[in-house]
Amino acid sequence: MATKQTRALARTMMAPAVIVLFIWMIVPLVMTLWFSFQNYSLINPMMTGFAGWANYVYVIGDPSFTQSLINTLILVGGVLLITIVGGTFLALLLDQPIWGQGILRILVISPFFVMPPVAALIWKNGFMHPGYGMLGHLWKFFGLQPVDWFNQYPLFSVIVIVAWQWLPFATLILLTALQSLSEEQREAAEMDGANAVNRFRYIIMPHMARAITIVILIQTIFLLGIFAEIRVTTGGGPGYASTNIAFLVFRTGILSNDIGAGSAGGVVAVIIANIVAIFLMRAVGKNLDA
Amino acid sequence: MKLTPLFVGAMTLALVGSASAQTLTIATVNNGDMIRMQGLSSAFTEETGIQLNWVVLEENTLRQNVTTDIATNGGQYDIMTIGTYEAPIWAKQNWLKPLDALSADAEYDVDDLLPAIRGGLSVDGKLYAAPFYGESSFIMYRKDLMEKAGLTMPDAPTWEFIGEAARAMTDRANDINGICLRGKAGWGENMAFLTAMSNSFGARWFDESWKPQFDQPEWKSTLDTYLSLMADAGPAGASSNGFNENLTLFQQGKCGMWIDATVAASFVTNPNDSTVADKVGFAQAPDNGLGKRGNWLWAWSLAIPASSQNADAAEQFINWATSKDYLALVAEKEGWANVPPGTRTSLYENPDYQAAAPFAAMTLASIDSADPTHPTVKPVPYVGVQFVAIPEFAGIGTNVGQLFSAALAGQMSADDALAQAQEATTRDMTRAGYIK
Repeated sequence: MATKQTRALARTMMAPAVIVLFIWMIVPLVMTLWFSFQNYSLINPMMTGFAGWANYVYVIGDPSFTQSLINTLILVGGVLLITIVGGTFLALLLDQPIWGQGILRILVISPFFVMPPVAALIWKNGFMHPGYGMLGHLWKFFGLQPVDWFNQYPLFSVIVIVAWQWLPFATLILLTALQSLSEEQREAAEMDGANAVNRFRYIIMPHMARAITIVILIQTIFLLGIFAEIRVTTGGGPGYASTNIAFLVFRTGILSNDIGAGSAGGVVAVIIANIVAIFLMRAVGKNLDA
Repeated sequence: MKLTPLFVGAMTLALVGSASAQTLTIATVNNGDMIRMQGLSSAFTEETGIQLNWVVLEENTLRQNVTTDIATNGGQYDIMTIGTYEAPIWAKQNWLKPLDALSADAEYDVDDLLPAIRGGLSVDGKLYAAPFYGESSFIMYRKDLMEKAGLTMPDAPTWEFIGEAARAMTDRANDINGICLRGKAGWGENMAFLTAMSNSFGARWFDESWKPQFDQPEWKSTLDTYLSLMADAGPAGASSNGFNENLTLFQQGKCGMWIDATVAASFVTNPNDSTVADKVGFAQAPDNGLGKRGNWLWAWSLAIPASSQNADAAEQFINWATSKDYLALVAEKEGWANVPPGTRTSLYENPDYQAAAPFAAMTLASIDSADPTHPTVKPVPYVGVQFVAIPEFAGIGTNVGQLFSAALAGQMSADDALAQAQEATTRDMTRAGYIK
């Protein structure tokens, strides 16, 4: 039992770290909030003073705002679907005792180490380009018209690239979960006559549920802010077809040099992220309590 | 004290350091002519003892970088490479130092600068940026394919002829597209071409009270002509093609015609890079009989931000890099064809240059015919041929570029793109206070 003195001491000792972390978080947030209520444009020094809600009205009234919001959700949902299903499948395969397991696992994990803009460029020029991409050649080989991925299916193409990058992460987490499943349990089920499907449904899935929750939560946090892949490949287009909230904020704040509206967009993005997080925690967070 | 010698040593170093020559930090764009200048700049350092520190960036990155730096008074750079879009806007904001010493220098001969270019870089008669190279746009075409199609390119064709020729030259089976045009979204990419093209159709961005004009028939006919031309005779995936992509296509012999920057002429006629170097002809940008042609005007130029601590040395460098002597230096080391074009009258009067550059006369005619103060048929409240020289245009132009690029990709109809462009531009212009 900690005495009153030790508790007080502990608090004092922890205070500097807590204060630094607090400042680290609060200063940028307050500045963003402050800018979001100011008329502040880099390229137009005439625009100054308190703006009221004008910046928020401007950002939310953007013709592409609704579509960006929907795109953000499709992007997050699509990538989650591919990585969870694919990751589970890959984890099950990698869990089998096979020759060259170590090398194989490293190969499977390696896309995660490729920096996002680099991965996007490889996909853009190496695979999806209709003129000199691998997929274009493949299509031509079968006598088909090459697909212009980024113009015909912009959002789908971005989802594929991001999913490729995050699949290793899901696989890795799910694989470690699988490996912690005791061998005896599986053998017992097998001896009781449970087939592969039933073993997966009643033994493996419940065991992995918690790991899947972790994957969903962590990936959602990162996927809400996907930017580099969009910037490098489609630039948010054609039209607004692949613009998500993060890219909209970039377009307003950086491309148009409108810091006020950009900050308002940032605040809106934070609010949206929190709403998504609350729903997610409600929906899947229960798994973590057990 | 054992530390004393060390201390003295450090002090000496510090003193020597501060007494040594000045260092200029120069932000520039990563295209061929600039990189060549970087290579030759050791001559300047030898001559003057001024050290140079280069920051070489890709066009869009450079723009963002220098805009942020100058707007926040960051003071990172002594010399910035900017275009005819930024120069007048920044000069009006007092962000640039006027180049008075340069203009007064008889040897520099400021009157030798091409009038259209000089006008674009001056405000109230004062020069704020010195042009490093200038360009307009014109048609580059394949003489052999034109002949095969049974047509002859006039020196100043109409859009009707271009449409006919592009469709006649297209040979899908052999992967030859009648015409390659910019489609990649961006105010300096597809909008540079489309705005210049719209001028020849009599369209304008804004009327005299700054009301956007995308709901007018002139823009509709511009976009319809562009889209049908690209659908019938353009390359696949055109909506991601910018200058560099089209350059590659043309050099590989996949384009019958290409309307783009005049500087591309030296790349497509260079036998080291181009498979069609000996088959290229040139013509002025097309018109519609309305008295304006679809060619633009641009000059990459060197300017000194007001925050620079080394303004005198910076002006000295600009003098060196944009002088007649620099042109002679490049000619001596790399040949006349590689001299940065489009800035000086004397260059176009030079018989050596005329002999080395078959495109010289057409380039000069295109530059001379562009008029930034009267870009289109009807009167406009703005300056600029392929852009509108207001600070908000970079954002607005990129936004509209996205919509037109989507129309080219088949993601939306021309009417939708124009309606959305009208709505978005009205919104931004109202916010910026132009529309009351």
